[in-house]
Amino acid sequence: MPEISLNVNGRAVKGEAGGNMLLADFLRQTLGLTGTHIGCDTSQCGACVVHMNGNSVKSCTVLASQADGAKVVTIEGLSSGMDLHPVQAAFREAHGLQCGFCTPGMIMSAADLLSKNANPTEPEIRTWLKGNICRCTGYHNIVKAVQSAAAQMSTRAVAAE
Amino acid sequence: MTVQGIGAAVKRREDFRFIKGVGKYTDDINLPHQLYCYILRSPVAHAKIRSVNTDAAKAAPGVAAVFTGADIDASGVGGIPCGWLVTDVHGGPMKEPKHPILASGKVRHVGDPVAAVLAESFNQAKDAAELIQLDLEELPAVVDMKSALSASRTGAGTLVHDEAPDNLCFEWELGDKAATEAAFARAAHVTKIDLINNRLVPNAMEPRVAIGHYEMGTDDHTLYTTSQNPHVIRLLMGAFVLGIPEHKLRVYAPDVGGGFGSKIYHYAEEAFVTWASKRVGRPVKWTSERGEAFLSDAHGRDHVTHAEMAFDADGRAIGLKCQTLANMGAYLSTFAPCIPTWLHGTLLAGQYTTPAIHCNVKAVFTNTVPVDAYRGAGRPEATYILERLMSKAARELGKDQAELRRMNFIQPNQFPYQTPVAVVYDTGDYETTLNKALEISDYANFEGRRAAAQAKGKLRGIGVASYIEACGIAPSSLVGALGARAGLYEAATVRVNPTGSVTVLTGSHSHGQGHETTFAQVVASKLGIANEQVEIVHGDTDKVPFGMGTYGSRSIAVGGAALVNALDKVIEKGRKIAAHLLEASAEDITFENGAYTVKGTDKTKAFGEIALTAYVPHKYPIETLEPGLEETSFYDPKNFTYPAGTYICEVEIDPKTGFTEIVSFVAADDFGNIINPMIVEGQVHGGIAQGIGQAMLENAVYDENGQLLTGSYMDYCMPRADDVPSLQVHTVAGTPCTHNPLGVKGCGEAGAIGAPPAVINAIVDALRDYGVDHIDMPATPEKVWRAINAGATRMAAE
Repeated sequence: MPEISLNVNGRAVKGEAGGNMLLADFLRQTLGLTGTHIGCDTSQCGACVVHMNGNSVKSCTVLASQADGAKVVTIEGLSSGMDLHPVQAAFREAHGLQCGFCTPGMIMSAADLLSKNANPTEPEIRTWLKGNICRCTGYHNIVKAVQSAAAQMSTRAVAAE
Repeated sequence: MTVQGIGAAVKRREDFRFIKGVGKYTDDINLPHQLYCYILRSPVAHAKIRSVNTDAAKAAPGVAAVFTGADIDASGVGGIPCGWLVTDVHGGPMKEPKHPILASGKVRHVGDPVAAVLAESFNQAKDAAELIQLDLEELPAVVDMKSALSASRTGAGTLVHDEAPDNLCFEWELGDKAATEAAFARAAHVTKIDLINNRLVPNAMEPRVAIGHYEMGTDDHTLYTTSQNPHVIRLLMGAFVLGIPEHKLRVYAPDVGGGFGSKIYHYAEEAFVTWASKRVGRPVKWTSERGEAFLSDAHGRDHVTHAEMAFDADGRAIGLKCQTLANMGAYLSTFAPCIPTWLHGTLLAGQYTTPAIHCNVKAVFTNTVPVDAYRGAGRPEATYILERLMSKAARELGKDQAELRRMNFIQPNQFPYQTPVAVVYDTGDYETTLNKALEISDYANFEGRRAAAQAKGKLRGIGVASYIEACGIAPSSLVGALGARAGLYEAATVRVNPTGSVTVLTGSHSHGQGHETTFAQVVASKLGIANEQVEIVHGDTDKVPFGMGTYGSRSIAVGGAALVNALDKVIEKGRKIAAHLLEASAEDITFENGAYTVKGTDKTKAFGEIALTAYVPHKYPIETLEPGLEETSFYDPKNFTYPAGTYICEVEIDPKTGFTEIVSFVAADDFGNIINPMIVEGQVHGGIAQGIGQAMLENAVYDENGQLLTGSYMDYCMPRADDVPSLQVHTVAGTPCTHNPLGVKGCGEAGAIGAPPAVINAIVDALRDYGVDHIDMPATPEKVWRAINAGATRMAAE
């Protein structure tokens, strides 16, 4: 079986990846990174979103072999130890999650949005997140969390200047 | 380390593991040497099984075993039981056909499990399943309920179950028919409506998973499963299906990714993996794919109703009658029969004084996925009937839809209020929530906004819905009389640890509701200890006392009450220990802010000191008091709780496309006392989004052959971030429940109950100039556009 080498959450990893193995399965089964969830089979729900080479992707729609040589960040790698990425912190502060199942994909998607658009409007947030389905929150507090994370991150950016 | 008690918007402690991606859902569990299970499901809705040839599948790479219904039958295990027996209008029992684990003799819906393949990998199991040769003799599919009920006139082969003539499971009635007819006979006005409560697929984001693990050495069975009520599953599966006594069966539901009702029921896959693990001597794991979930998770709603409401000359409702066909699907799911009956007919009084109500329900078998409770369960259907009638009547009577409701409200001085449909409301104040919703929505100035919209070519409408719901289903003696085959109490154990921290073991189950936070707030309030000193344990039958789980907005109203009672027992025992230590009589000891104090003195002992004394009983009243500090309470509620509120939706429609935008959605709810307002708001948000989904987007559609046309997220329209507006949710100070110790009512389902009629009333209001007086859910742009065009054509012809 072909082997792939890639960087996941800052660590070089290798593993066997058959021709039809999905990146989501490679992360969950081969690497045991079960924070990436699988909620559908049609690439609609977004529970499996990770970052690949700096862009959010649905890892159920990427073959593991396509990630050969890539830099992948999963929810487990977004922050280290007990620390929280500002988007993670904002989801907790704004009660942007309930059952938690869509949350890793939602956070990874939102973090990618803020890396590309530091100050999104509410319609921009809602449009960006339409590839991530949440059944619990009605999105209201998710939108608030993303707005609050954006404010937090721009304050930090200003402070750093 | 502070005490954040009842009423505080405490951030959720469970969030950390979820935002870090280190939660533990059932599919994250993998056991050494496990086999993967793939279930082959019927591709057709209705057929006789001539044969199932598994030879090629058994020889496929990695396959360890293949089982069919014949193997299950030969092992002598039972079918999936139903948990509620409805007695029909003639006094006989409902028809209760066998619900096999794997189909035997016939398949009865697309998705009916036929065979199961166990293999070393999921893909091997799935590949091998394709090699199974299924020889089926197709029968006509029974899909439409009205045709199903005339099967005896349409010929052979159209019965889902031979023992249910005309596919009728039962016919049921509630209310005084003669009094209702008399009210209609003297009515000044009658409003009539025909409506459909559309079939929905619950779609918790986590698909179902079940892992069976049999350990030969100890003869112990473990089932890891995505359940809202692990003890219920242990009881149903152990006692009624597999014959495993409770002490040899552990059911563990770890982090569960949403339920909304769909994870209440005992499913065939749970019984299968538990059974199969013993057969093959290895753990067996089944993970549902989403497409499979559409065909195997119980669906919700699916009622067809005709209803009429009678009014006197002043506009007072004097009578209500309704006839409903309720789809049961192909088999009776665990609580299916009680949804269109006792959870539906009993809510038809709503917030109103309507003195005479009669309701007739026919429950129908069809060749579709079983239908059971989905968020609200019967109460959204009742509320939709009533609130559509109210707004339709208001227009017919030339009255304002809010004011017609107001003049029919049960008044605060009328509580407790006996409705004509069996239930007694303990408290309520419906004008307060109505007024709040009118205020926030700026209802008074709506006509100005309608005119402004018209000026830019848009149709604007406003819809009011005043809902009531019944939560915390209870008491056991009542539900037993109504057909429940279980009690509906809840259990809690409060285990005070030697150094004063507290472990709570609860029969309630959290799958998004945040019990680990709110239950800890209750403990912190009662014991005066820091929230961090409290751990809430749920979901594991080996740990928690026998309890009924979480559904019907019952956790805080029933489970919370059990917790309070157990805490009171702890406090009382602690008082005796404190009395001994402080050399005072127990009657003279107060307990406040985490300390026992002799009244009027500064002699005091902290709760932690009492805990330590209980476990290190050196100086202790050992002759009269046992050591230790751990108490359990089983709480059986005296009545349901009755949250209520008013929702107001405002829409703007583009007549050229039928596209409907919700420009404002306001909720004013009375949930009684509130433990955590942040979590309560979140529950309402989620419920409203599901209600908007039902009203505008979601529909489970079958074709005439019983094929589910909306079997994936490509064609079943889940609400997405850009489909749902920003919501204005307000919880009023409220009328506390009078019969549970926290005064709480429950908030989990309100949004899904109140939102659909508010949305549809708004859309119908927007289309009033086109003569539209009803539109069925989901009101898609196409349906709205067609209604506008049909209206325009009709008016042009007139």
